[in-house]
Amino acid sequence: MGSSSSRLDRVPGAKDLMEETGFSETNILCLYDRFEVLDREERGYLRLEDFEAIQQLAVNPIGDRIIGAFVFPGRETLDFPSFVRVLAHFRPTDTTWSRSGSQPEPANSRTRKLRFAFSLYDQDGDGKISRAELTEMLQAMLGMQVTDEQLQSIVGRAIQEADLDRDGAISFDEFKKMAASGQTGLKSVSSIMYRTKQQQQQQQYICGEGGTEQVHLKHSCQTLMFIFC
Amino acid sequence: MPVSYVHLWLWRSVVLICLVLGVSAVNGESKSDTHHHGNGSSITGIPIVSFKWHHVETPYLIVLWILVAGVAKMVIEANHHVTSVIPESALLICVGFLFGGIIWGADQKQTFSLTPTVFFFYLLPQIILDAGYFMPNKLFFSNLGGILIHAVIGTCWNAASVGLSLWGCHQGGAMGDIDIGLLQYLLFGSLIAAVDPVAVIAVFEEVHVNEVLFIMVFGESLLNDGVTVVLFNVFDAFVSLGGEKINAVEIIKGIISFFVVAFGGSLVGFVFGLLISLLTRCTKNIQIIEAGFIFVLGYLSYLTAEMLSLSAILSIAFCGICCQKYINANMDEKSVITVKYVMKVFANGSETIIFLFLGISAIDKTIWVWNTGFILLTVFFVFVYRCIGVFFLTWIQNKFRLVPLEVMDRIIMSYGGLRGAVAYGLAMMLDENKIKEKNLMIGTTLIVVYFTVILQGITMKPLVTWLKVKRASANEITLIEKVQNKVFDHMLVAIEDISGQIGHNYMRDKWKHFEEKWMSWFLMKPSARKKHDLVFDVFHQLNLKDAMNYVAEGERRGSLEFIRNETAFIDFKKKFADEYSEAMPDITVDMSDSYAAHSSMRDTVPSISLELHDQNTNGLRETEDINTHHLLQQHLYKGRKQHRHKYSRSHFTVNQDENEVQEIFQRTMRTRLESFKSTKMGVAPPKTITKHPKKDQQQKMPNGKSTDNGKYCHCDDDDFEFSGDDGASGYDPSAGSFPMRVTYRPGAGIENPVFMPDLDPMAPMQIPPWLAEAELDSSTVALSQRAQTGLPWTPSNLQRLAPLRISTRSTDSFMMADVPASQRQDEHLPPPPPPPPPSDDDRGHL
Repeated sequence: MGSSSSRLDRVPGAKDLMEETGFSETNILCLYDRFEVLDREERGYLRLEDFEAIQQLAVNPIGDRIIGAFVFPGRETLDFPSFVRVLAHFRPTDTTWSRSGSQPEPANSRTRKLRFAFSLYDQDGDGKISRAELTEMLQAMLGMQVTDEQLQSIVGRAIQEADLDRDGAISFDEFKKMAASGQTGLKSVSSIMYRTKQQQQQQQYICGEGGTEQVHLKHSCQTLMFIFC
Repeated sequence: MPVSYVHLWLWRSVVLICLVLGVSAVNGESKSDTHHHGNGSSITGIPIVSFKWHHVETPYLIVLWILVAGVAKMVIEANHHVTSVIPESALLICVGFLFGGIIWGADQKQTFSLTPTVFFFYLLPQIILDAGYFMPNKLFFSNLGGILIHAVIGTCWNAASVGLSLWGCHQGGAMGDIDIGLLQYLLFGSLIAAVDPVAVIAVFEEVHVNEVLFIMVFGESLLNDGVTVVLFNVFDAFVSLGGEKINAVEIIKGIISFFVVAFGGSLVGFVFGLLISLLTRCTKNIQIIEAGFIFVLGYLSYLTAEMLSLSAILSIAFCGICCQKYINANMDEKSVITVKYVMKVFANGSETIIFLFLGISAIDKTIWVWNTGFILLTVFFVFVYRCIGVFFLTWIQNKFRLVPLEVMDRIIMSYGGLRGAVAYGLAMMLDENKIKEKNLMIGTTLIVVYFTVILQGITMKPLVTWLKVKRASANEITLIEKVQNKVFDHMLVAIEDISGQIGHNYMRDKWKHFEEKWMSWFLMKPSARKKHDLVFDVFHQLNLKDAMNYVAEGERRGSLEFIRNETAFIDFKKKFADEYSEAMPDITVDMSDSYAAHSSMRDTVPSISLELHDQNTNGLRETEDINTHHLLQQHLYKGRKQHRHKYSRSHFTVNQDENEVQEIFQRTMRTRLESFKSTKMGVAPPKTITKHPKKDQQQKMPNGKSTDNGKYCHCDDDDFEFSGDDGASGYDPSAGSFPMRVTYRPGAGIENPVFMPDLDPMAPMQIPPWLAEAELDSSTVALSQRAQTGLPWTPSNLQRLAPLRISTRSTDSFMMADVPASQRQDEHLPPPPPPPPPSDDDRGHL
């Protein structure tokens, strides 16, 4: 424990971050290690290129959108606190937090999570998922195998399903309702039910994947689990 | 109408009962000499007609009872207002009481009862096979840990705590004078401990709780059989040995035997599952009986496990779980349907018989040795310790579970601890010589069964409603949710990558990889594997749907005669038949085929429910939904976690869906390059963007998942370093015709959703594609062709028959990638069909 707290010292503003995001010490350390791995030139911040160097993201159909959530025009660099703040959206929802309404909503609340997802669709930030935006998203998700007519029919139908006020676009409220009504959350949740020891070990040598070096984490990131519901 | 039917059936069942009574009276007399049948009377002359009851007695009675059970179920199901309150299983038990009473009144003794042999050999296997065959595998295996904890530790806890508590109460004098020792209490505890799969299915399928909760209870009930059987055998052996001879060695042997029995049983099932899969690989020429293999081999796995004194239930359950995928792929569609329905018939039938006989068995004076203390305490302990066990185990689990089980779920889980016929069967197997109070135990087991199945069964539904337990969502998941789920998946994967986490289901990936690489290769026939390919699959389904629409349209217009009147359709039909006869022979042959196949695709969702009718009530119209869903399902890029399995640093794109990965990779790289150029090199974004679509369209081939990219222009602009450098680059049709995708990357973040100003030139995107394509340059054959044929139709007219064209063309390009695109297009775009009358469906076109 002593060693871990001394390691914590090298993370700038660790205590505040833990306070703010709810990550535990181990989480922060783990994330910081990862941050350093990503930050290959040791500038102390991440740039677009650093994210783009993550190979798996290149084969993720919405990988670039995700990167856009971290590094977007107007904020070309990302320091560690911001990095953690974005990731904080993916902490499991804390039931005790959401019950007490007095504090500002933590990043891992359901609404904030959904807001994050919404912003992936809503690229122009007008608070609505327009038809074009949904088409764009579907295009990204579906790729080449569906013809335009099919795509259009899918988009049209999807909007019809969710569009409660019939304005031809999906607002955040509609988005929220849609997510609440169905099994949306449930499904992604049920698929990430368990994290075994073995997986954590796997993760330890995967942590070095972004760069060329091997980083072996001494501690496990056991509680750093991502959930979206 | 239904009322009169009910009366009719009631009347008939009364007749049947009388018949049965007569039969049973005869039976009662002949029971003592069972070997006499057939040669009873001495022959005095040649009889013209002889009444040879004894000749047919046994099978006759069996069939009669099956009939009675079926009729009873039918009568019960006819009264919806009753079944909506009281679960069918409870009603069947009550009917059993009634019958038992009648038989008792006629015979003055118990003539029929559920014997362990009949139950374990002839009634149970098909129910478990059905459960395994329709098991939602993913759900089951992703919750396997929790299920095992409950099945193993929970059952041991139940057995031990019930046994010990009863013994304690006995020592305390709560039961008066009965002759049961500690070991016998433990034996009793072990047989009463297990939650019964039959009862659980019967009650839970009517309640529709959420799937995680269901699989926890159901999976537990299925798997704890191994534990029960072992516990039962071990304690049975201990009882035989007597208390003195039990030492540490024996106990260790018991523990070892548990693992052997459980894993051995599963292994036997696994082996037989593989056998079935292998067999169905070769049954091409005997399609008429291939469905039978599943039942025969499944039953054989049960018997084999039983023979080796392994857990037979686990064996047959895993047999079903293992083979489901392969046999569904290997067998003819009709055989798959046959298996599905026969499975349901068997399972449902024997479930009915089991409950009926559980009721009938109660009416037996000999088993009712009343001991208030024993019985009440047993019921109490069974209930209480189940609750304690579940709450404790879920409490532990929740420390490791990402999604904790809520208190409501835990209540339902404890309340769902239904005991059933397995416990009764085990109780009947007790040895009267060793256990003096066998009858008391049987009676108590029955009481526990009635208590759990009837009382808890009846109160389950109100409780679920009252506690507001998350139900399984009744309506089908909507289109947008499906998309959203996928987005979430991708998002989580991306976040995992960024944060350096590895996917949680590493083992599943490994398994999947192994499975796809070896098992599928080994167990599926090549044609099935090919069919398994998603493009083919979707192609097939789309065509089925088209055929359906085609017929529906024709019938709506009165007949299909219009086909003959309009040459267009003849041409189309001929071509259709020519081109695709090998791929899908049954479509063009006759429509009944497609209807059958159609129903099969409606039922693709595996359901553990023993009922089929809720799957069948979906109207024909839903197929459209399902097809669209299917389309999405198949085409949405898989989240990486589903296909990532090589973790070596050197090659990350190696996986079975290389094309897909390549495709995304290409796209991403191109996008990045664009944005890189736009920011770094001062290339004006609008320029690149407007330039881009054309390029992409040049690249675009209609549905170009073909691997033949050499023929198509490589788009060797200097801009595209990525286009030429590997095999997959030539086709990236996904990029085509949707220039806007280029722009999404620089988009908004969360806290600061900025909109990039240079996205605006993308406005043309908002134009529907059929218009947009017409406006764009017509240099590409495919697009212009489609635009031309497409334009005369308004989008609404496109609705119905559009999929037809789409699927034909896409197939085409898939199958004949070598043919130049223009030629293909000419051939296979059917001339415009007569515009169908505006259809009433809401397929969501503009």
